[in-house]
Amino acid sequence: MSFTKITSTYVPIPLENIDTDQIIPARFLKATTREGFGDNLFRDWRYNEGDTPNADFVLNNPLYSGEILVAGKNFGCGSSREHAAWAIADYGFRVVISSFFADIFRNNALNNGLLPIKVSETYLKEIFEAIEANPKTQILVDLEQQFLQIVGTAKKVDFEIDPYKKTCLLKGYDDMDYILSKKEAIEKFEAARTFIF
Amino acid sequence: MNDTPRTLFDKIWDAHVVESKPNYPDLFYIDRHFIHEVTSPQAFDGLRERNIPVARPRQTVATADHNVPTINQHLPINEPLSRFQVNKLTENCEAFGLELYGLGHEKQGIVHVIGPDLGLTLPGMTMVCGDSHTSTHGAFGSIAFGIGTSQVEQVLGTQCLLQYRPKTMRITIDGELQKGVSSKDIILYIISKISTSGGTGYFVEYAGSAIRSLSMEARMTICNMSIEMGARGGLIAPDETTFDYIKGREFAPKGENWEKALAYWKTLPSDKGAEYDMELSYAAADIEPMITYGTNPGMGMGISQNIPRVAVNGTEKDMEKALDYMDLNPQQKLLGKKIDYVFIGSCTNSRIEDLRLVADFVKNKKKAAGVNVWIVPGSKRVEAQAKAEGLDKIFLEAGFELRQPGCSACLGMNEDKVPAGKYCVSTSNRNFEGRQGPGARTFLVSPLTAAAAAVSGEIQDVRTLLN
Repeated sequence: MSFTKITSTYVPIPLENIDTDQIIPARFLKATTREGFGDNLFRDWRYNEGDTPNADFVLNNPLYSGEILVAGKNFGCGSSREHAAWAIADYGFRVVISSFFADIFRNNALNNGLLPIKVSETYLKEIFEAIEANPKTQILVDLEQQFLQIVGTAKKVDFEIDPYKKTCLLKGYDDMDYILSKKEAIEKFEAARTFIF
Repeated sequence: MNDTPRTLFDKIWDAHVVESKPNYPDLFYIDRHFIHEVTSPQAFDGLRERNIPVARPRQTVATADHNVPTINQHLPINEPLSRFQVNKLTENCEAFGLELYGLGHEKQGIVHVIGPDLGLTLPGMTMVCGDSHTSTHGAFGSIAFGIGTSQVEQVLGTQCLLQYRPKTMRITIDGELQKGVSSKDIILYIISKISTSGGTGYFVEYAGSAIRSLSMEARMTICNMSIEMGARGGLIAPDETTFDYIKGREFAPKGENWEKALAYWKTLPSDKGAEYDMELSYAAADIEPMITYGTNPGMGMGISQNIPRVAVNGTEKDMEKALDYMDLNPQQKLLGKKIDYVFIGSCTNSRIEDLRLVADFVKNKKKAAGVNVWIVPGSKRVEAQAKAEGLDKIFLEAGFELRQPGCSACLGMNEDKVPAGKYCVSTSNRNFEGRQGPGARTFLVSPLTAAAAAVSGEIQDVRTLLN
């Protein structure tokens, strides 16, 4: 799941406060594995009643595709369901760009090799405008150098990612490996506690 | 470090850091872990893949709540996927040696209702669950927050998480609430002011005389919805109200341990002069009974107000989409609006106090014709208590359906769905599109406002109905 650089066209959803119930409605959370959630990504926006594809929704528009999803402010708010990150990754996205992410979603994404990139409101607007002008516009995401660039423009925009998570993404490590390596420290902490519940 | 005044949050956080180093998140210890059927199966599979046990089985408690039916719970679950998921939880708890309050168990119920009720939730603790409303437990002065399934696996496997220390915010509500205004209205009011992202990156401490005067149940309602403004969690300093609530509960400390615990808990409230990254304050008297009109909890207003003409939380496009979904118009009044369903339940408002409030209001009244009213108690113990107090008879006479415990129509994972296009007045926490069923239209309100809607069949200002 590790990656360093991606150049891809992107899928724009210029709406704010997209919650995890839209990303993956609760009635599709009954699977007990991590696979297959992509089929129900944005289910109720993607399909009409009777399960016919909603032609107005961007995922059903053949003009748009790619490994990058771009959405409005406060993406991923609501429920803590990691199924939202699984659905986006399972559908084939590897990066989500927004001007603001909800905390739990951001964590869940990072724990699944899905890179959430926070950009300014102004730059987000530029990204939306670029794709409106040309649906084949591409974005270059360079994780190593921590910048992104609308292909064909000169401007490189830096983004932040915490150094620990960056290493995890670049090398494909996960938190569990790291915490398991701290077994001794955890036992020492437990033994030294003065108040135990 | 002890000389610097610290907040309640700082004190609990500091006491749970196993290891802290630059450029790394803190290695953070978790005292209590709750799990349920929906966000845990993949975590158990992760442990199996790594061939490791649950590190501290006594610190995790499981229940089945999210997808369970609310009728005929003594029968096998009808819906095959739900049945599979609930059975999977039972298998996993057996295989890994965890306590399970499964369907039919006398302690079963919504995870955020049973924890406090059983005395599993205590001040000064760190608590997590694969559910965003874990923030509920902060009402006791604990650090409690929702996590994803990968983190559920980490807690099961190590009893720790990697966490960056969030910023702190204090929201102070002083003064007296108007009659008919409850803690649900306080939190809907705050979210309408700061939006669904206003608290992102923060842990919120609720303070002030209006908060202090609230019961534990009412405090839980406030902390429960902290996540709806984006905050990871909310907390309230423990005080006599907290201690009185906890004392004598099944898993609460007893005897000498109680005295020891009490002494520690009394050291937890924020020190004088402790600093927060952000401070907000509101006057209790300004808060009306609240109602949402849109498709996120930030789209809320006082019940006597008109729907705003311009978008308050989100862009104009978001507002247009929301009102289109709700089939409402800018500047429309909601008072007098006919409704189809009333749902009284969820981890926000399904505790015994909520049911008492509703029963008290509907006593000797009947529900309006054509309105479906579901009352779903938060746990088996709440259900039993309601029956012991005769509340079930009041509901029956009013024509309300008293169901069995579970998350139910809050998120519609079971059969309890509101049909497309229907309006549901709901005491739950989210009015997202499709949350209560595909196409369902949700108005979030307090239990009292829900009771008034059930009886009249329309949205009413409870202040005008109380004497």
